[in-house]
Amino acid sequence: MSLAQTIELAMPRCWRVDTKPHKFCPGCGHGLVLKALGYAIDELGIQDRAVFGCDIGCSLLSWDFFNLDTIQTHHGRTTPVITGIKRANPKLIGIAYMGDGGGYAIGSQHLVNAAARDEKITVILVNNTQYGMTGGQMAPTTLPGQKTETTPYGRDPEKTGFPFQGPEMVAAISRAGAYVARGTVANFRQLQRFLKRALENQMAGNGFSFVEVISACPTNWRTNAEETWNMIEHVLPQYFKVGEIKVPGAPAAQEGEKKDG
Amino acid sequence: MPKDKPIEGEKRVFMTGNEVVAWAALAADADIMFGYPITPQNEIMHYWTRLAPKFGRDFLQTEDELSAGFTTLGGVLAGRKAFTATAGPGNTLMQEPMSMAEAMRLPMVAIITQRGGPSTGTVIYSQQEVTMTTLGGNGEGMRIVYSTATHQELFDYTIKAFNAAWKYRFPTFVLGDGYQSKMRESLTIYDPAERGIAIVPPEPYFGKPGVPGVDRPPSQLRNTYNMEEELYEVVEHYLEDYAKVAPEVAEYHAHYVDDADLVVVAHGVVARAALMAVKELREDGYKVGYFRPVTLRPLPEKELREVAGRTKKFLVAESANGQLARLLKEGAYGCTTEMLPLFRPGMGITPEEVIAEAKKILG
Amino acid sequence: MAKPVKIILAGEGGQGVQSVAEILAEAANEEGKEALYIPNFGVEQRGGVSVAFLQVGDEHIGAPKFQTGDVVVALSRRAIPRTRQYVGKDTIFLYDANIEGAEQELPRHAKKILAIPAISLAKNELHPRVFNVIILGVIVKLTGVVSEEGAKKALESRLKYKFDKEPALRELNYKAIERGMGLVADAG
Repeated sequence: MSLAQTIELAMPRCWRVDTKPHKFCPGCGHGLVLKALGYAIDELGIQDRAVFGCDIGCSLLSWDFFNLDTIQTHHGRTTPVITGIKRANPKLIGIAYMGDGGGYAIGSQHLVNAAARDEKITVILVNNTQYGMTGGQMAPTTLPGQKTETTPYGRDPEKTGFPFQGPEMVAAISRAGAYVARGTVANFRQLQRFLKRALENQMAGNGFSFVEVISACPTNWRTNAEETWNMIEHVLPQYFKVGEIKVPGAPAAQEGEKKDG
Repeated sequence: MPKDKPIEGEKRVFMTGNEVVAWAALAADADIMFGYPITPQNEIMHYWTRLAPKFGRDFLQTEDELSAGFTTLGGVLAGRKAFTATAGPGNTLMQEPMSMAEAMRLPMVAIITQRGGPSTGTVIYSQQEVTMTTLGGNGEGMRIVYSTATHQELFDYTIKAFNAAWKYRFPTFVLGDGYQSKMRESLTIYDPAERGIAIVPPEPYFGKPGVPGVDRPPSQLRNTYNMEEELYEVVEHYLEDYAKVAPEVAEYHAHYVDDADLVVVAHGVVARAALMAVKELREDGYKVGYFRPVTLRPLPEKELREVAGRTKKFLVAESANGQLARLLKEGAYGCTTEMLPLFRPGMGITPEEVIAEAKKILG
Repeated sequence: MAKPVKIILAGEGGQGVQSVAEILAEAANEEGKEALYIPNFGVEQRGGVSVAFLQVGDEHIGAPKFQTGDVVVALSRRAIPRTRQYVGKDTIFLYDANIEGAEQELPRHAKKILAIPAISLAKNELHPRVFNVIILGVIVKLTGVVSEEGAKKALESRLKYKFDKEPALRELNYKAIERGMGLVADAG
């Protein structure tokens, strides 16, 4: 399925029609992630108890995106807010939605500890390799050599490290009941399935669930449609391996899933 | 969910301030505490974690104070009476969630047990967290801050803090200190209902019955605005609300102020030394008065200005370098009362010091 | 109304200074008096001089800390200079007679200075672990803030589980209080 085809799909039922068209830039991956999430929520029939929290950064633009009770929090702090909601009312299904800066930099201690404590929440982290809202600075996920506003000559791994391996880290520190996957907006059906499984994992009370999504930021990448597509389909997966990394009950990590799509 | 009453009737007890807070939170029907260890607050968590399970309450130790504050806000959003406790550098970190509580009118309750600063300072005592607790964070200080002086007040005002938070929907603080945390003295703990104190029930922001967007509008809260005008409108509205409730919330104690040449102004535990000093000075024939704001936000401005209008001099006694004095100067702006300092940053103040200073001033 | 009695106890960590203050405060509270006890709980706790502030009176106590004590007790050499600031012209200053070189450190303006041989009494006649209970007896006798009975009851409620296991311990502790009280009469 092509990007154009996925966009043409009907709106998920849990979307707020009155706030559409949404406010993301043309070509931005957020709309696709939120669509996949919307379908997952529809399929699971949890619109009455799903609670959505969004971070600061471009993700904040989703504060009125769904017909869901929604809190727009501070940069990096969505994980603890959703943790608090879930702890105080375990009947709710908590979804924390954030970018790579929020989850892997300013809020990394919250991600690490929520995963280690096995909080029964679902964290969805959109990885577009830089800080979108603030104007394209380097993120923990920025690729070696990638130019950003704070790495104008390209990211030098010797000075600022290699792209952050989020799901791999979460998989390493979480308990057996955790669900960890990395999806991509380039594979919409698979992404929808990963998000659904993550939510199901929370609903079953198995443990923490975490999905990173490889996404696009043509605005700050300064790429055209073809270049954007090339980035998410070919360049980013060289650093960020797509697939389910940890599945409760599975004997070992299920690699790749390239067959599906 | 019916809860066993943690306190039946009334009981005279002899305990530390941190234990008092845990009992008061139980009596106030607090549901869940989120906390991170820092001295001198720790025993609030220690007592709470021992007592809470017996009464169906909950606790989570978080990874830091940022998380303790934000999980507390999550608890509030879910419609539970959530609270936290912190001090010093923890209070510094806590300012971030506090400012979100202000922006969204979330009734979080925090117990602050002031310790010495700046930085790690001491773990013992101070009144150096006044500015931060009343006006901290990026915002306009739309908070309620009760500064307690005795264990009885710690109990009374912790209960009151939960009520004020859920009634007015401003973040609310009990501003104590390390002395109050660690000292033991007698007090009476009680079941609020038997004293006719109604407990304000919490209310969920999220997870109300029905499907959002189908049976009811979704509950959607944000703290980010696109335009100056949008933000201005929201903040103006909050400020109006705050100004409206301020006279109802503000509390103070005043003694011997009618004919006083000098009024000693103090808050919190220092007010105890101030009152002792004033009584002794009166016995010796000195015309000295006593004024103590119990709420530091909102300040009892009207009463402060009345006292300022009658007396020539204030002696401001505090264990900080003028943090209370700054609030008083703003509150009494335009009054001609001279404001004299007895500032002891991070140090306890004894009645003897207040007496000596007052005598020096009065000659 | 009578002013509260102000007591300061200071010693090395492990000498049981805070326990003595706490037992006295609890005993006073049980006897219907008002007590306020505040430990010095700084980082000094570890490896420093431990100081306890205690006030007992008939009415609710005012400020938790005070400038001069009615009774100041120093149980180690370092505790003497540490507590000197709390000694005024009406203070009874008490120190252990076994502290070496104490004489050079003693405050000058105390109303009365008493040397109490509690350490040697504990070591030679009772047991080192009841050293602080001897001090408890000394303070009971010296200040009268609680009755002998009240002090014993507070001790009992605090150490009941130990006393039940080892009844001889109760006798030892009670004897320590009594001997402590006796020391004051001797030093008087």
